[in-house]
Amino acid sequence: MQLNGSEILMNVLLEHGVTRVFGYPGGAVLNIYDALYHYANKIEHVMTAHEQGAAHAADGYARLTGKTGVVFATSGPGATNLVTGIATAYMDSVPLVAITGNVGTALIGRDSFQEVYIAGITMPITKHNFMVRTVEELAPTIRAAFAIAQEGRPGPVLVDIPKDVSAATAEYIPVEPTAKKEIDLPDGYLMEEAIALLASAHKPLIYYGGGVSASGGGDALRALCVKADIPATHTLMAAGVLGTDDRHNLGLIGMHGNLTTNKAVAACDVLLIAGARLSDRVALNPAKFAPKAKIVHIDIDPAEINKNVRADCALVGDVKAILRVLSQKIPAIRHDDWMRQINDWQANDYQPADDSNTLKPHQIMRAISRLAGEDAVYVTDVGQHQLWAAQYARHLKPRSFITSGGLGTMGFGYGAAIGAKLAAGNRPVVHITGDGSFHMNLNEACTAVSYRVPVITVIFNNRVLGMVRQWQSAFYGKRYASTDPHRQTDYVKLAEAFGLHGYRCANLAAFEAAFAQALQSKEPVWIECQIDKDERVLPMIPAGGTVDDMIMD
Amino acid sequence: MQGNVLSVLVDNHAGVLARISSLFGRRGFNIDSLSVSATNDPNLSRITIVVSGGGAELEQIISQTEKLIETRAVFLVEPSMGVQRELLLLKVAANESNRASLREIAGIYKAKIIDLSPNSMIFELTGEPEKIDAFLQMFANYAILELCRTGITALQRGEPTYQLKERLLP
Repeated sequence: MQLNGSEILMNVLLEHGVTRVFGYPGGAVLNIYDALYHYANKIEHVMTAHEQGAAHAADGYARLTGKTGVVFATSGPGATNLVTGIATAYMDSVPLVAITGNVGTALIGRDSFQEVYIAGITMPITKHNFMVRTVEELAPTIRAAFAIAQEGRPGPVLVDIPKDVSAATAEYIPVEPTAKKEIDLPDGYLMEEAIALLASAHKPLIYYGGGVSASGGGDALRALCVKADIPATHTLMAAGVLGTDDRHNLGLIGMHGNLTTNKAVAACDVLLIAGARLSDRVALNPAKFAPKAKIVHIDIDPAEINKNVRADCALVGDVKAILRVLSQKIPAIRHDDWMRQINDWQANDYQPADDSNTLKPHQIMRAISRLAGEDAVYVTDVGQHQLWAAQYARHLKPRSFITSGGLGTMGFGYGAAIGAKLAAGNRPVVHITGDGSFHMNLNEACTAVSYRVPVITVIFNNRVLGMVRQWQSAFYGKRYASTDPHRQTDYVKLAEAFGLHGYRCANLAAFEAAFAQALQSKEPVWIECQIDKDERVLPMIPAGGTVDDMIMD
Repeated sequence: MQGNVLSVLVDNHAGVLARISSLFGRRGFNIDSLSVSATNDPNLSRITIVVSGGGAELEQIISQTEKLIETRAVFLVEPSMGVQRELLLLKVAANESNRASLREIAGIYKAKIIDLSPNSMIFELTGEPEKIDAFLQMFANYAILELCRTGITALQRGEPTYQLKERLLP
């Protein structure tokens, strides 16, 4: 049938099962929004306060569901406002399709009103991007965008559609989306080599990352840990893949990981890395990372092998499929001495002190997990609160700790939480933020109110930029340059001004009461927690250091 | 040190060169020379890149380049297994007094004189980069007005051994 470009776009989105998109209208996407008007019963459009919020919302939606998030924006500033959101998704390998309008093809390259070369701008932060020159190319291009966003290591794809292309008509023929390609297992001898290494280890360790979550490999990982009695440590991106309570799950690795995990990395004789990329927050000093270990590295992206740390055995392919074969073929083993050693480290690991008079970050996080229950979804911004959430929340389910790990995007949280909550049904979605991050994009409160999205925002308010200040305190002689902005924001009044309810708490009992009420609410809620500005994220390994440099108090 | 020569076959799209150079810029890979050309397949272009990195860096360059959606094949053209050529255009100040000696150099190196004006001449020379370097050294005592080199273009000897990745784009 003959359809215009915008209608073709709607139909190809429907081919891919898209029922919800996030975005913000504007001149160059008027045709597309006109089609959204006609397709409103099939595709819901969630309009945010700012395109950045829309990009983060599509990202949060994708992280929670595993489906591809879709975001729309107009040309020029609409498109550039997506950039941080796209880069965030790129660094964390989140499947996202960003659709931008552009000026008509006749106006391109003439510095027309609201024209920007968004394909050029987003080249280094997308898996691929397109500018569609003719309406005939549109449907195949959108289909390719979805295929690229999802296949292999997921990531964002941008499609730029000039205004005349979204208006022109062409024949539309529906196409079933092609099934995801099966990825071959690595060669058998490599699998055998990995199994032999793991089976012969006395002090084996698994370090797992977001790739296990993306591939849905949590159960296979758990089976491997249990059968071969191997302890495991995770990155920020993989919180919840194994439960906090799992005996073999040691918790967070790296800069703000605990003493036990980092000691285990230093001591292990075989390290199995699953779906992780050895960033500078994990392999702080790549030359001294796991110095005694033979390294087996599993990743779907061959470019991750030997990028930061050299592997002795590389298994390129689907992480879940590889873990499953490893767990099936490995003999059942016990590592009692090694586990005893680890338990000794755990007994002497960092423990924050409770305090009943003031609000302590770890107590807030533990209260949230206790009250929100096993179904809770945590969405964070970036900074101290993010690490406290990683360290002290009870992580029980995969895809339930949503955080900007790679790019470290302050302001990510609110949009992402709204996107996640829209897909989370009755599961409570708790947006953990700090006063610094929250100020960046708190304007998305209006979105939460308009669409009645009951996200619970917990603001860790220390009145300073806590993480930067922590570094200034440790490494810059307590010279607190621009980290104490003396903001006078009244969060309770501001919440009311946006049309939602706000609470202010100075002790744990007040927080628990407010949070319990928030859980009952069908509306978004803010809860401000006043904490001390000298609270720090501990333990901490300084950049470039090792576990021997760990700061414990 | 002589760089490593990479032959990259890419979909013949607008913007593909920008993608490759953006990748190299972002990852901090150094390009010594780069040339782009058509191939016998109208859907493919060949980008020949000379990079100075070796070892682990070269491995990263290859795997990151391979990851680009429009990259269909990447392979190293080993000097022993391939042929490499570069084209030089060289403009030298020349007049009646030194023209003969310049022609003598050109003759020995089999360079062509492709332009002559009262005060200058232009040479064209094709060869391996070392030959061009050697030729240029002969002009130490002459006034070089301008020069340009195309960068290396290279082919493997014998049957092509690479396999093209499946095409993903419409």
